[in-house]
Amino acid sequence: MCLAVPGKIVNLIGEDPAFRSGTVDFCGIRKNINLAFTPEAQPGDYVLVHVGFAISTIDQEEAVRTFHYLTSIGALEEEGLAR
Amino acid sequence: MKYVDEYRDPGIASALAGKVALMATRPWVLMEVCGGQTHTLMRYGIGDLLPQDIELVHGPGCPVCVTPLEMIDQAILIAGLPDVIFTSYGDMLRVPGSRRDLFQARAEGADVRIVYSPMDAVKIARENPSQRVVFFGVGFETTAPANAMAVWQAAREGLPNFSMLVSHVLVPPAMRLILESPANRVQGFIAPGHVCAIMGFREYEDLAREFQVPIVVGGFEPVDLLEAISMLVAQLEEGRAEVENQYSRSVNYFGNVPAQAVMRDVFQVSDRKWRGIGEIGDSGLRLRDEYSAYDAERVFRLAPLHVEEPRECISALVLQGRRKPVDCEAFGKRCTPLTPLGAPMVSAEGACAAWYQYKRHA
Repeated sequence: MCLAVPGKIVNLIGEDPAFRSGTVDFCGIRKNINLAFTPEAQPGDYVLVHVGFAISTIDQEEAVRTFHYLTSIGALEEEGLAR
Repeated sequence: MKYVDEYRDPGIASALAGKVALMATRPWVLMEVCGGQTHTLMRYGIGDLLPQDIELVHGPGCPVCVTPLEMIDQAILIAGLPDVIFTSYGDMLRVPGSRRDLFQARAEGADVRIVYSPMDAVKIARENPSQRVVFFGVGFETTAPANAMAVWQAAREGLPNFSMLVSHVLVPPAMRLILESPANRVQGFIAPGHVCAIMGFREYEDLAREFQVPIVVGGFEPVDLLEAISMLVAQLEEGRAEVENQYSRSVNYFGNVPAQAVMRDVFQVSDRKWRGIGEIGDSGLRLRDEYSAYDAERVFRLAPLHVEEPRECISALVLQGRRKPVDCEAFGKRCTPLTPLGAPMVSAEGACAAWYQYKRHA
């Protein structure tokens, strides 16, 4: 039930922080999502969406850093160095 | 899908599993708390990638599984009343109450509707002023702010015909219960990433310190979980018991502050009964008195119920990681996803249903 899916903000709707929402694109499927909990999120940002609410703005820098680390482990494996 | 596909890379997954095999010098028992993580682990057969000495046990983090029988019976009772539209997340409809489930109630004429978001239930209330619209507010901390926002908004609009049947539970008290049990076998925890997206991970530091148990906040894709497992095994082998964050792209130390604010405004911490486990002090949320006009238990003046679980079901032990689903006599025979005896066989996130789907023929 705690499933949350990443999607990209396409546009913002509304100025009132409590009613801030936006269109979020999930690989081509677009939905209106409540953005009240991610006041910092802007179009182009990826947010994690749960039951119609963005619960977190995905930190691109962290994602890139983690992924570089993970791919470096993957590369070691391919060269047979990990075992 | 960005932030999903790259975390399903088989090369990285097998490299991480290799890293775990290299590090592990003795057996370790690890628990993933969240049912969503259980589902990923079973679906991708992650246990089979790992050395045999690393045992994964499944935790109580499935709201559908731990919502007490009494609450399901109350929901069915309310749904059957005249002028009521009963709304719920879809996975609650098949959960067996003591005699039937919400789907059967609907087949018998009750107006039961599946909604994607609690805000959809508020909208239904707005559009149906002559009906009483009730939302079944279940879930862990991930879902609590959204459910709180629905009540907050109904109150702000003065919607007189909206109420919520609340059965919210919290993760840290359940982990504490597991750790305090003399029968506990869990030596390291993968903390639920989306719960921590809301709450941060301050609360888990107390548990790590008090019980000297390593805890890693983990994501939901196979690579996320394998990295979390590798971080746990590294801590255990080095004799550390810290809280670390594998899911840093979505979780920070403090969590989502605006979401916590709405949650605190609408809900307060209360004792809760967990299905199969029993009452745990301060382990859930209820509506604050200021919002009692939106509390379905008060609106419909529900009398407290007490119902016994089917005796054959060992879900309490499964939910605490003390038994595996296949240890149950009824598993796959008298208890299947179509005829569940207990709630972990209902939800796709329940340990029993995940085993039934992915490991039955193993």
